[in-house]
Amino acid sequence: MDLGFDVVELEPPEHPTEGAQAPDFTRPLVNSEYWVDTALSALAPPVCLVFHPMDGAFPATYMWSELRDRGFGGLDATVVGLSISTPYAHTRFIEDNDLEETGFRLFSDPAAGVAREYGIAHDLGGMAGVTEPRPAVFVLDADLTVRHAWVAREHPEFPEYDALESALTAAVEA
Amino acid sequence: MSESAITLYRLQACPFCERVVTTLEEYGIDYESRFVEPLHSKRDAVKRVSGARTVPVIVDEHTGVTMSESDNIVTYLENTYGEETPVTAGHEGGS
Repeated sequence: MDLGFDVVELEPPEHPTEGAQAPDFTRPLVNSEYWVDTALSALAPPVCLVFHPMDGAFPATYMWSELRDRGFGGLDATVVGLSISTPYAHTRFIEDNDLEETGFRLFSDPAAGVAREYGIAHDLGGMAGVTEPRPAVFVLDADLTVRHAWVAREHPEFPEYDALESALTAAVEA
Repeated sequence: MSESAITLYRLQACPFCERVVTTLEEYGIDYESRFVEPLHSKRDAVKRVSGARTVPVIVDEHTGVTMSESDNIVTYLENTYGEETPVTAGHEGGS
């Protein structure tokens, strides 16, 4: 993205990298109809875990529209998101962005505890007391082994979708 | 997390749902909570399992029972899982 000026750079993150085991967590997982406390480790691998800005922020809309349009919902993988938004907001987000048919589900983590566990917490400027995960994507094999990791280094920054799609496709075929 | 035999459809802060939760916990029954939206029109999942859009609803795979109305559910749980009545598959107490 060339805007003709420097965007905000973020500190180097300390997130789980390829080959490491991603931290497990349990949070409410929202589908188009209800939410249930669910452990990341209970999801069928491979898992595509997408950390996104709070529902309503434009990057959240962009990211999920991109994944929807790329047909991630048709892959034999579990695609889940996570933001600090409430389950109620996630329900509306799924509806507003036509995600019902994709099978995408969204974890709700209002206190940003998972973002801290993953080393990707980001204190939002101008929103006092609000911490959320940086945009980040992880492709996880069985036992939560990280196959692919990408974490934003600038604010804002969007995932490298082609690399993500290749990694997830390879994980499905593995 | 998703292996519980009993599924409870509930609404946050719904006293009737909390009453059922109290009973489930009193008997130490493992269950999964599925939270739904306040708007009845957004409760298709509930309608599919019980035929109505009201909560609470429990679905008990032990016995094949699906049930609405907290009075009925509490009575059912007492009869099925209460200390005086051992669990009997196929038992359809309550209501």
